[in-house]
Amino acid sequence: MSDPTPAAFTGAAPVPAGRPGRGKPSPTLLIGAALVAVVVAAALLSFFWTPYDPVRASPGDRLLGSSAEHLMGTDRYGRDVFSGILYGARITLLVGLISVGIALLIGTPLGILAGMRGGAAEEISMRAADILMAFPALLVAIMFGAVFGAGTTTAMVAIGIGSIPGFARVARSGTLQVMSTEYVLSARASSQSALRIARRHVLPNIAGVLVVQCSVTFALAVLAEAALSFLGLGTPPPVPSWGRMLQESQQFLGTFPALAVWPGAAIALAVLGFNLLGDGLRDRFDPKLNGEAGR
Amino acid sequence: MGIRLLINAARFAVTFMVATVAVFIFMRAVPGDPAQIALGVNATPELLAETRAEFGTDRPLPVQYFDWTLGLFRGDFGTSYVTRRDITPLILDRVQVSLILVGLAMAAALLIAVPLGTLMAVNHRRISGILLSGLSQAGVAVPGFLAAILLVVVFAVGLGWFPANGWTPPGEDFGDFLRRVFLPVLALASVQGAILTRYARSAVLEIMSEDYLRTARAKGLGRTEALVKHGLRNAAIPVLTVTGVQLAALIIGAVVIERVFVIPGLGSLLLDAVGNRDLLTVQSVVMVLVAITLTINLLVDVLYTVLDPRIRKKA
Repeated sequence: MSDPTPAAFTGAAPVPAGRPGRGKPSPTLLIGAALVAVVVAAALLSFFWTPYDPVRASPGDRLLGSSAEHLMGTDRYGRDVFSGILYGARITLLVGLISVGIALLIGTPLGILAGMRGGAAEEISMRAADILMAFPALLVAIMFGAVFGAGTTTAMVAIGIGSIPGFARVARSGTLQVMSTEYVLSARASSQSALRIARRHVLPNIAGVLVVQCSVTFALAVLAEAALSFLGLGTPPPVPSWGRMLQESQQFLGTFPALAVWPGAAIALAVLGFNLLGDGLRDRFDPKLNGEAGR
Repeated sequence: MGIRLLINAARFAVTFMVATVAVFIFMRAVPGDPAQIALGVNATPELLAETRAEFGTDRPLPVQYFDWTLGLFRGDFGTSYVTRRDITPLILDRVQVSLILVGLAMAAALLIAVPLGTLMAVNHRRISGILLSGLSQAGVAVPGFLAAILLVVVFAVGLGWFPANGWTPPGEDFGDFLRRVFLPVLALASVQGAILTRYARSAVLEIMSEDYLRTARAKGLGRTEALVKHGLRNAAIPVLTVTGVQLAALIIGAVVIERVFVIPGLGSLLLDAVGNRDLLTVQSVVMVLVAITLTINLLVDVLYTVLDPRIRKKA
């Protein structure tokens, strides 16, 4: 399963990682950036202000529709849904940031090592990545939940571990390309240390694809967190999370389907945002795809 | 070609064995004695020792590991510490349900994705192609369980065409099976279909600019004809690879969908076991899921070798 993974989705694009392209940003990039900005703004806003306390129950106001007082209505405990959505953005971003961070910090050095050293180091780290590939992030998270109990930390660590192989692969294929360029050959000929070559030449050149991978992985992490919370294995109540809000709405589908719409839309728009951002950045970083991809 | 297949098979075996070790060690990281948990805090030391012997947890860990792995090969997963029931028949029962679900979903996804992706590629400069492309991008962003909930709202609650949940085995009442399986399959297939459509689109786009296609056109074949005769076989290779990767993803996605539709598959078994802290069952289901994933990967690699003569020669 090692070589033939097409580029379009994994982010394992063929990487003549150039400088960020100039010129007008594509609509894909703009829409993606705008959606991500909305999520970030919602999360930041929740630190200073939410219309109501997102966890305070108010039995008199149960299952209200949208109104001026409750923009998105209230849930079965009378909690304000809009406040919950704002607060949930924080959880979504937190899980995404930490899990992408874990995968980036562990996967990238492994991939660079594999790409630079070749031989046994490459075989071992790529086989390790293969083994990890057999454990999708969600499955790792369910196992973590079984052993350590459900929680935001468990979810972040598990999703992070599950996302390591993606980064290792992208970093390796990028490194392989950089290693065959003339400036690296000359750097090696002038006997620069491997660490210096990795820092001075490899890392700056694969930074573009790594950024793309971060964005795509972020989208997957948001999905995984939502799925885990939906299954009751993510953020525990009462802290609002989009996945759990969706799960709690399930028993009111017959009577009050609006409850499912808001968290559902929030999840979908966040994932769409990070996906589009990743696609847009890929078009920009990878001149080979210019013109036809992502439009 | 033979050598490549052998290498693939050897990698499969090694990966599987390492995975068993990893899963075993991970699941034993839990503090606590299964016998103590099963009996509660008031158990007498004699009863505890007896139960430990019954579970086999009084033996050294390597012995327990080999016992468990040998059991896997014989198709014997052991007895749950919590429910005290044999795990094997339970898994056999559940795995059928999950495989039916996933198989139908993948078939449906391909039926959606291949024609749609080709259409999108052929019309990629027209408004219809751009619209479809945007639609598929949005489809990718919708998680399966959200699609499931939306489908339930529209087709089960709103229109009342299909039941909102439940499962009937196909052997029991085929009509009812179809009615119950429709929404979960559609939920899984719509998301996978969106992903596969994007791959199909880029695969067809890529071959549309190939020289051999231009040659075929120059020889007088129409655009569609040239594409069908020369292009689609080449486009099939990347699409096949992604199908394999996505099939593995679908199996995990089904875990969540089974929860939404209350379908008694492997996913429900896994989540119930997690809820009961039935670790041996969790361990077994995880291994089954991993084995299925690895097998799919192996098959894709084999098919890939068979389909692509360039790889066949290289090996």
